[in-house]
Amino acid sequence: MAESAPIVRMSGIVKQFPGARALDGVDFRLLPGEVHALMGENGAGKSTLIKVLTGVHPVDEGEIELAGRPVAFSGPLAAQQAGISTVYQEVNLCGNLSVAENIFVGREPRKFGRIRWREVYRRADELLDRFDLDVDVSAPLSSCSLAVQQMVAIARAVDVEAKVLILDEPTSSLDADEVAQLFRVMRRLKEQGIAILFVSHFLDQIYEVADRITVLRNGRLVGEYLTRELPQVYLVAKMIGRELAELEKLEGKPLARTTEPLIEARDLGRAGAVNPFTLTIREGEVVGLAGLLGSGRTEIARLLFGADHAGGGSVHMGGKKVTLRSPRAAMNHKIAFCSENRREEGLVDELTVRENIVLALQADRGWSRPVSARKADELVRKYVAALNIKGDPDEPVRTLSGGNQQKVLLARWLIMEPRLLILDEPTRGIDVGAKAEIQRLVVELSDGGMAVLFISAELDEVLRLSHKVGVLRDRTLVAQLDNDDALTTDTLMGKIASGAPS
Amino acid sequence: MTATTLPARRFGVPRKYVPVAVTGCLFVAMFVIGGFRYESFATGQVVLNVFIDNAFLLVVAVGMTFVILSGGIDLSVGSVVALTTMVSATLMTGHGWPAWPVILLVLVMGSVLGFAMGAIIHYFEIQPFIVTLAGMFLARGLCYTIGTESISITDPVFTAFAQTRINLGPDLGISPSVLIAAVVVLVAGYVLHYTRLGRSVYAVGGNENSALLMGLPVARTKIAVYTISGFCSALGGILLSFYMLSGYGLHAVGMELDAIAAVVIGGALLTGGSGYLLGTVLGVLVLGLTQTILSFEGTLSSWWTRIFIGLLLLAFILLQRLIGVRRSLRPSGS
Ligand SMILES: Nc1ncnc2c1ncn2[C@@H]1O[C@H](COP(=O)(O)OP(=O)(O)OP(=O)(O)O)[C@@H](O)[C@H]1O
Ligand SMILES: [Mg+2]
Repeated sequence: MAESAPIVRMSGIVKQFPGARALDGVDFRLLPGEVHALMGENGAGKSTLIKVLTGVHPVDEGEIELAGRPVAFSGPLAAQQAGISTVYQEVNLCGNLSVAENIFVGREPRKFGRIRWREVYRRADELLDRFDLDVDVSAPLSSCSLAVQQMVAIARAVDVEAKVLILDEPTSSLDADEVAQLFRVMRRLKEQGIAILFVSHFLDQIYEVADRITVLRNGRLVGEYLTRELPQVYLVAKMIGRELAELEKLEGKPLARTTEPLIEARDLGRAGAVNPFTLTIREGEVVGLAGLLGSGRTEIARLLFGADHAGGGSVHMGGKKVTLRSPRAAMNHKIAFCSENRREEGLVDELTVRENIVLALQADRGWSRPVSARKADELVRKYVAALNIKGDPDEPVRTLSGGNQQKVLLARWLIMEPRLLILDEPTRGIDVGAKAEIQRLVVELSDGGMAVLFISAELDEVLRLSHKVGVLRDRTLVAQLDNDDALTTDTLMGKIASGAPS
Repeated sequence: MTATTLPARRFGVPRKYVPVAVTGCLFVAMFVIGGFRYESFATGQVVLNVFIDNAFLLVVAVGMTFVILSGGIDLSVGSVVALTTMVSATLMTGHGWPAWPVILLVLVMGSVLGFAMGAIIHYFEIQPFIVTLAGMFLARGLCYTIGTESISITDPVFTAFAQTRINLGPDLGISPSVLIAAVVVLVAGYVLHYTRLGRSVYAVGGNENSALLMGLPVARTKIAVYTISGFCSALGGILLSFYMLSGYGLHAVGMELDAIAAVVIGGALLTGGSGYLLGTVLGVLVLGLTQTILSFEGTLSSWWTRIFIGLLLLAFILLQRLIGVRRSLRPSGS
């Protein structure tokens, strides 16, 4: 690619937060017509760089130029008006507004100042069609799944006439099909000369779309590289500052088929969410659930956790029938659920990292039996280290980077030492290094006798960890496959697509 | 892909309209029960009288609706109403000013007060509760610096507004204030539904941080809602002056609470982002009709109005809670 003048140039950017130097003299440039990946571990400063560029946070030092002119935006609105359209890391939309409004609010088509609602709905429909998304655009956004919300956020950003498009982990809740859609749109925009800044922890995605990579580590610039000149292993080494030990083959103890069934769902189902299914999870067993978005993966988890009421069927634990009427009831049976939706259901922003970690444990013990400070300290220290959580345990959790917040949520459920741990997309938004840590932890726990229900859109992750894989298609559990050497991602993919029983 | 959208309809009414529909049914039920119990109750004029007696409250509640939809609260409205009556009365009765410049002046005054409170709330990031509480004391205090006695208004324009009746048919009539209130409601409904400002109000109320990151003019929107509320309070104050023909520092004591009650009974969420102007209109009507029924009853003290309104508020907040709980039980992912 011939080098043209950069559309965005940031030089010597310094951003100091109370307690953390998020950016320390970072230089960055973005060329028109390129897809530029910003890479780094959780907490490396990627989101901060984006927020500084778009005026969410003021810079402490350094200069920002847009098309050669120095700029300092007062906020996202100003940045948008100057032609920088951004999707921030967490889905930032208004759940109370309709899908269509979320795409158009602030720039609705008007006639004499009057919003033309019909036009709004029509154009929203058209736009989402381009992403192959079939949703009722007049429904409130809060009724949509996280993936749809993420697509809506992307659609909103893409529809703006912009010179620069910034996508901070836009693919974290999407699966392969939608990612493909997104990449198609991105390539088209790129051809139109739009510069795209893209953040993702999925290395495959980076190598698929990015022309150029900038790597950050601990708030410092490591370097800028052409993607085709930087093999994946080197990229990882640059990100984490050392060679990542070859992803060791995670061999837990092979599961003795004789362990007791821990929980059995018999014909459990809920109309509109998931068709009746029968599933047995044994002690120490890791059961993976594979399937496309909307195939009913999360719904199964929610039924087993009592977050939704089952329409029919029963759940048995230790041979006895139990009713899981509420999450509380499930927790009394030592079932824990780490939900995929950390922002809405998980963390309490204003509490410290430590408090967030011990929250569920404390709630479980009741307020009359406080967790002793020493015990809490010990637990927090152990899991902060185990999960490599970067940040001060005594700072509010909202000051952590997105990936580190995810780890805090995970730690909260791990310290509960449940008998069944349900993990819904636990490694989403988590960097390669920490991902391996979490996977190792899952294996360790199951060796210790804990049963794990593991939901992930990444098939190789499911395969690496599970003893058994449940395949979902169209809200039906179509197959349960033992994870032996014969099972590969390809056969799994085939099952998901066809669902034909073998 | 399939979106996880559960049916949004219950009872054949989309969920978001349920609170408004409940208030509407309540109003109709009260009217029907009143009609059975009391003679000469079930006439159109009874409803129109509710409008006549509460036109000022309606206007104030419209302003409050904007504020509550944006996720804020405005406690200063009652005092601003009182200040408006007081300023108008002294200027006209004491200083001999003509009516129209006075009206213009107090409208500007109310808007400026609202603007100032909005700016403080936004730029200093202080709770709206605190800022408008201060505004409430300030405006009430200003009333007393003007005078502690009630000042009667004799200006011909004001008395004309007070006495004119617009006939809508045989034995049916409304005051000009009702017309003014109706225009305010229509304009406000239009603004909320058909303009960018209105939609930003909903967005800011839904999630202020998201609204900011989506590039909406959050500062402008927040200041605008308090300005609108200030303007509506001043206009409500003028209508109250038409109604009372006096200015007095003790007018409209506690009106902010009536206005908030009307908005909440109308189905708006105090946390912002959800509610309709039609709900507010119905809320004001329910409050007004309660008073009418009690006056028909004759023997009951007016405190029963308060008790009834208290119970209603409780019932509505419980209703919203129930709807809210359902909502949070919905699946959120794949
Ligand atoms: N508002 C804030 N207050 C204090 N510290 C903050 C704040 N926002 C971010 N930080 C800190 O700045 C550092 C960089 O965070 P940032 O969100 O930029 O990371 P990131 O590279 O986007 O990570 P991730 O991959 O997890 O999203 C972290 O150490 C974080 O704790
Ligand atoms: Mg980030």
